[in-house]
Amino acid sequence: MATQLAQEDESGSGKSSSQIDSVVIRFAGDSGDGMQLTGTQFTNSTALMGTDLATFPDFPAEIRAPAGTTFGVSAYQINFGPREIMTAGDAPDVLVAMNPAALKVNLEELKPGGTLVVDEGAFTERNLAKAGYDHNPLIDGTISPYNVIKLDITKMTLEAVKQFGLSNKEALRSKNMWTLGLVLWMYGRQRAPVVEWLEGKFAKRPDIADSNIAALNAGHAFGETLELAGDLSHLDVASARVEPGVYRTITGAEALALGLVAGSKLAEIDIMFGSYPITPASTLLHQLARLKEHGVVTFQAEDEIAAICAAIGASFAGKLGITSSSGPGLALKSEAMGLALTTELPLVIVNSQRGGPSTGLPTKTEQSDLYQAVYGRNGDAPMPVIASYAPGDCFDTAIEAVRLAVKYMTPVILLTDGYLANAAEPWPIPDFDSLKHFPVEFETNPDGFHPYKRDEKTLARNWAIPGTPGLEHRIGGLEKDYDSGNISYASDNHQKMTDTRWNKVLNIADDIPDQEIAVGDAGGKLAVVGWGSTFGPIHRAVKSCRETGLDVSHIHVKHIWPLPKNLGDLLQTYDQVLIPEMNMGQFATLLRDQYLIESVRFNQVNGQPFKVSALVDKITELAG
Amino acid sequence: MNELAPKKLTAKDFATDQEVRWCPGCGDYAILKSVQKTLADLEADPANTVFVSGIGCSSRFPYYMATYGFHTIHGRAPAIATGVKLANPDLDVWLVTGDGDGLSIGGNHMLHILRRNVDLQILLFNNEIYGLTKGQYSPTSRPGTNSPSSPGGSVEPNMNPCAFAVGASARFIARTIDTDQKHMPTILKRAREHRGASFVEIYQNCIVFNDNVFGDFTNKQVAADRQIHAEHGEPLIFGKEKDKGLRFSPGDHKIEVVTIGENGVTADDILVHDETDITIANMLIHLDGHDMPVVLGVLYCEPGQTYNDSVGERVAKAKEAKPNADMKELLFAGSTWTVD
Repeated sequence: MATQLAQEDESGSGKSSSQIDSVVIRFAGDSGDGMQLTGTQFTNSTALMGTDLATFPDFPAEIRAPAGTTFGVSAYQINFGPREIMTAGDAPDVLVAMNPAALKVNLEELKPGGTLVVDEGAFTERNLAKAGYDHNPLIDGTISPYNVIKLDITKMTLEAVKQFGLSNKEALRSKNMWTLGLVLWMYGRQRAPVVEWLEGKFAKRPDIADSNIAALNAGHAFGETLELAGDLSHLDVASARVEPGVYRTITGAEALALGLVAGSKLAEIDIMFGSYPITPASTLLHQLARLKEHGVVTFQAEDEIAAICAAIGASFAGKLGITSSSGPGLALKSEAMGLALTTELPLVIVNSQRGGPSTGLPTKTEQSDLYQAVYGRNGDAPMPVIASYAPGDCFDTAIEAVRLAVKYMTPVILLTDGYLANAAEPWPIPDFDSLKHFPVEFETNPDGFHPYKRDEKTLARNWAIPGTPGLEHRIGGLEKDYDSGNISYASDNHQKMTDTRWNKVLNIADDIPDQEIAVGDAGGKLAVVGWGSTFGPIHRAVKSCRETGLDVSHIHVKHIWPLPKNLGDLLQTYDQVLIPEMNMGQFATLLRDQYLIESVRFNQVNGQPFKVSALVDKITELAG
Repeated sequence: MNELAPKKLTAKDFATDQEVRWCPGCGDYAILKSVQKTLADLEADPANTVFVSGIGCSSRFPYYMATYGFHTIHGRAPAIATGVKLANPDLDVWLVTGDGDGLSIGGNHMLHILRRNVDLQILLFNNEIYGLTKGQYSPTSRPGTNSPSSPGGSVEPNMNPCAFAVGASARFIARTIDTDQKHMPTILKRAREHRGASFVEIYQNCIVFNDNVFGDFTNKQVAADRQIHAEHGEPLIFGKEKDKGLRFSPGDHKIEVVTIGENGVTADDILVHDETDITIANMLIHLDGHDMPVVLGVLYCEPGQTYNDSVGERVAKAKEAKPNADMKELLFAGSTWTVD
């Protein structure tokens, strides 16, 4: 998903049978088998060769679920190829299964005729029983519809690392590298970046680094041998034709961290980030904790409430307070969000959504916190809400959140999700110098000062920070007088303050871009309207349908609240509106609330991103 | 601030123009007066002073202080104050809370602000009751407290705020009484002087819902015999005649009250207060003012590294290690490739 929308080559995905459009590989194993590492290393090597890609890490909530069980299976899927890659792929072309449980959980998804690489050495009676198999699927016909490559990876790994004298347990940890070596060979990927990474990671244990490298090389060499025997062919996947520039791979969490730091530099104030560990949001805390040299202070609070409150305290004292969590944590922060809103302090609240309600599905993705973000507070408590649509886009969204927070003196909610946080894509590194600064100006003038004195246009109050002589003042959660900021319970005043807070946020609609059409035209049979991480599958599905002649367009909304000013009129130009969401129809409700638009809802809450094929079917049903 | 001719501020200069809205006769008035006087005595800079509070009667305090102030939400003042201090460690931060705000809904935050040793002053107004919500029993209410939510008497055991502070690894623990206008400023000064989280429990009388709950040791006629003012390095002597004292009873090492001149007890037998000794502090904290006198003053003071200093040092070190850290370098970190 490396190209910019406007620069897409619409004719580039012509289907010539001799050309490989893309390949989807899924690495699956026990959560202790290092599948996430295998996947990210394959991704890195692929990206460095200029191939476009998208990934989907899918792992259990348990850190080390009992080994060999189906609920302990961890998987990493990557889709890569010479055409523009929009999603991690519906179904794998290649499944690498490191044990019976991984096979059991994932085989169903493998495309008919797809390639299955299995470690038969792991198909012991004990492991089969743990996975709940009565028979060995490797010999009972279960896998006959596939192109099967049965290898005793366990044995060959032990053989490859024998010379290093490691314990059996340590030696077996290199199984994933042996497998990675084989798959790198299969798709003509380079080993050098992996070797470099291993040397860095195990700098203090060169024996471990060497044994992993030996396993990697052995797997690679084995591929060459297999080819000679005619069991497997080696495929070269060409580089994608993407916009010129310097690229790196990036996950949503990385892009968010960079975007927040970039935002703070553009606002010219430092960050105080308060957070409490929660899946899948913790990665942002980890990323920012390493950026102290950029003036970032991170505070691992005692709970979610303390995390946001510390961020609010920091904003009161003149830093940019930022907090981050996932759905259940956001619920805990609600009261404090109201405080930030009524004291009109800048604050960025990042919500990496996961399956809910309650603890729900910690490691699975969902978009079901939209109601919570837009409506979920006591009192009339409007707050800008924006949503990232792709890993790299998290960078831009973070800057936008910072801009709105400091310009309008308001908390801003940034919605991302578990999929975006962990998924990786090639990212054209932006030219930081070309980004516009929006420096914060603290109030210093005591003449006529009161804490709720406002900018006439933005309605933002002035920001006077402790330490400024002559501007001593008190703020709080109680209603304050419009003209002095002192406590006021006067009825007319409460109406006026409520109106002001409301209008301040609604006015932001004048300061955001008009809604664009991601692909297609204004007017027509069908608009598919999405928000957040569903961008990839919707975009791919709409483009495919347009290629078959269907009259369908894709609109993807980033500013959830307030909505872009032209959105209502734009939606009215279509006969029908289809809204696919990974929830039970929350955005559809919001659009109905705002524009009285009846839409067709397409909802999925199975913890997985949408499959392109499912969307194509739905679009065909409506626009065909 | 006029830099040319700095005018010495008085207590009045620390008062705002806001009408104070506590009940007539509330102990909070005396505390407010004492704090304003202390800040004036210490020549504190109002522009550099921040009062942060939660919710409850005590938490209205910031509105009456002509400094910076933040009246926040129930129980969360410690978290907000931590953020203030992390954002600007040079600010002089005071946290005002009560027994409900600070020990019930905000108990968790109180634990962690003490444990982290954030450099600020915590004034916990303990009146053993929820005042602003009209008189329900609180975590410090003694069992049997009659209240709207405990008709017939509360059944919950109460907690000891200073003992809680010990458990939370606080490094400065002190006690005083709302109406003791001589004692309180000395304690407030010590609290401000201490680098780290200074925990001050103030026995505060709620005239409406829990009047005279501390009468056993605060009423004038009994005060001298029921209070000990602990001073570092001084024997723990009390009584109208200054003839009573505390000592470890021979044999079982419990604290007992003795009279100097009786049963062979001399002044040398009296326990000398060592505010750096947590074991002594812990024993003094538990004397309850009924069978034993209540101990006031600085019970424990053992400074240590503050949280805000540690965090600041880490940031400074990171900046020193990478003095030219800029955004571009950060964006291009790791593996990159160029598409022509």
